[in-house]
Amino acid sequence: MAGELSVDIRKRHGGGPEIAAALRLPLGGHSVTVLFGPSGAGKTTVLRCIAGLDAPDSGSIRCGNEVWYDGARSIHLAPQQRRVGYLSQDYAVFPHLTVRRNVAYGARGAAVDDLLARFDLTSLADRYPRQLSGGQLQRVALARALAPQPRLLLLDEPLSALDAPTRLRMRADLRHLLATVQIPAIVVTHDRTEALALGDSIAIMIGGKLRQAGAVESVFDCPADTDVAEAVGVETVCPARVISRSAGLVTVEIAHARLVAVDSGDTGEPGADLFACIRAESVTIERNAPGNPTSARNRLPARILSVTAEGPLARVVLDCGFRLTAIVTRQSKEEMRLREGEEVIAVVKATSIRIVPRG
Amino acid sequence: MEWQAIWLSLRLSFWTTLILLAIGLPAAHWLTFSPRRWKFLVEAVVALPLVLPPTVLGFYILLAIGPHSPAGKLYAALTGGMLPFSFQGLLVASVLYSLPFAVQPFASGFAAVDRKLIEASWCLGVSRAATFFRVVAPLSIPSIVTGMILSFAHTLGEFGVVLMVGGNLAGITRTVSISIYDDVQALNYTAAMHTSLLLLGISFLVLAATYGLRRRVWAVAPVWPAN
Repeated sequence: MAGELSVDIRKRHGGGPEIAAALRLPLGGHSVTVLFGPSGAGKTTVLRCIAGLDAPDSGSIRCGNEVWYDGARSIHLAPQQRRVGYLSQDYAVFPHLTVRRNVAYGARGAAVDDLLARFDLTSLADRYPRQLSGGQLQRVALARALAPQPRLLLLDEPLSALDAPTRLRMRADLRHLLATVQIPAIVVTHDRTEALALGDSIAIMIGGKLRQAGAVESVFDCPADTDVAEAVGVETVCPARVISRSAGLVTVEIAHARLVAVDSGDTGEPGADLFACIRAESVTIERNAPGNPTSARNRLPARILSVTAEGPLARVVLDCGFRLTAIVTRQSKEEMRLREGEEVIAVVKATSIRIVPRG
Repeated sequence: MEWQAIWLSLRLSFWTTLILLAIGLPAAHWLTFSPRRWKFLVEAVVALPLVLPPTVLGFYILLAIGPHSPAGKLYAALTGGMLPFSFQGLLVASVLYSLPFAVQPFASGFAAVDRKLIEASWCLGVSRAATFFRVVAPLSIPSIVTGMILSFAHTLGEFGVVLMVGGNLAGITRTVSISIYDDVQALNYTAAMHTSLLLLGISFLVLAATYGLRRRVWAVAPVWPAN
């Protein structure tokens, strides 16, 4: 199906801040938009308005050529009429129905057995939710949401109800799953790693307002303002590829530079795509002085693109085949006389590169 | 022993419970899920029989269903009969009198159903009415059973309303509690004692069965949430 989902809504929630969000997302095919922001930013409210569970105060929500909500014309379509798969934070699996009957609950056609098989639930089909683990409940809820063949999937903090080891495994599963179902999805999360792992594009919400939207790397690399920067963290996020793995370390290639990072265990085989995340605080800059032994694995020749003073600190943007942001003290900046266009060495410890695998 | 009166009371309780199930479920659903601000007024009306003296309730019902009232005239036009001092009139009174004993447990059961489950059902394309029958009602079965048992037991023991609306006609409106009263007035203590004992036994058995059944349901079925 062609077209796009366009959301432009305002809502005031009790005494809280007014929530204002404008968002567009292409329909048809596979794309995951992450709605990211700190707790209480209004992400869930936006998701509930799209699902039809809450009504905005004003604005409009359109899906393709259908109007789901229009404040001016008093149109508010019921959730039943929107054909949206909505997954709440705690999955809301019906406790009085077996796994099979949960999945079949809203099913159209006879795809239930296929879904059970696809979600590895066939052997659990006659169990009750009470007998299932958190990860299994999530699979039931997802299979159930997909059974009515929705046009759009809305996932509210899909991994937050899981314990840490399960969350790591389910994150990989979910990424794979969202890629295979070919249904556009909006995923709400406040976890940066989750946002990086799952999202194609990202929309940042802070204090009820949607502040910035765009491709994941670009938003993480170039935050529009200091609030967004604080929410996402000052960090370089680069698409990278696995070159080799050995002895707990993984070598990745970013543009033409190679970096060694600590292997988190779910990195994937050589050739796999991932994000390499490097916090600006953990990049150090050296003058080109050979012969000094260092424990840092990664020493990259770089050229300074810009130096910006930020209070007691200075932000130095480097070009080492890819853009890398470093934060140094103003004092170091003065002492090293860092200036635009100069050649330096960027040093990154293997332990401070975070690897986020992507399907 | 007044077997006729006992049989009449059981019949009255049975039909009252059945009618309360039919009107109590939608009423409780409305009270639980309606966004109307004035629904507290309806809640108060439903709860009135809890505090109103049965004679007052019986008096108003008598006026409302009497041959000169609109309801009475309609009933006469439809059936040719009259509601006061008839089994049907007694049934109307019993339903109103036991209304809170059905609606309140039903409503508290519905309110305890996790709102997220209801919303999940809506998002799966299932209508509000179907969601009630497929999610809300099955998850409220313990509360629904409680409401039915309470209605049944309460109707079995009612006295004042019955006397006001039904009078004391053997086989038509003389319920078991009225027959006990009659026996005591006639100093027929042995008969009163037997009937009382039977009523005590039935009441205890019904309540014991309910609580026992509920406990078994909790223990056996993995189905209902523990809250």
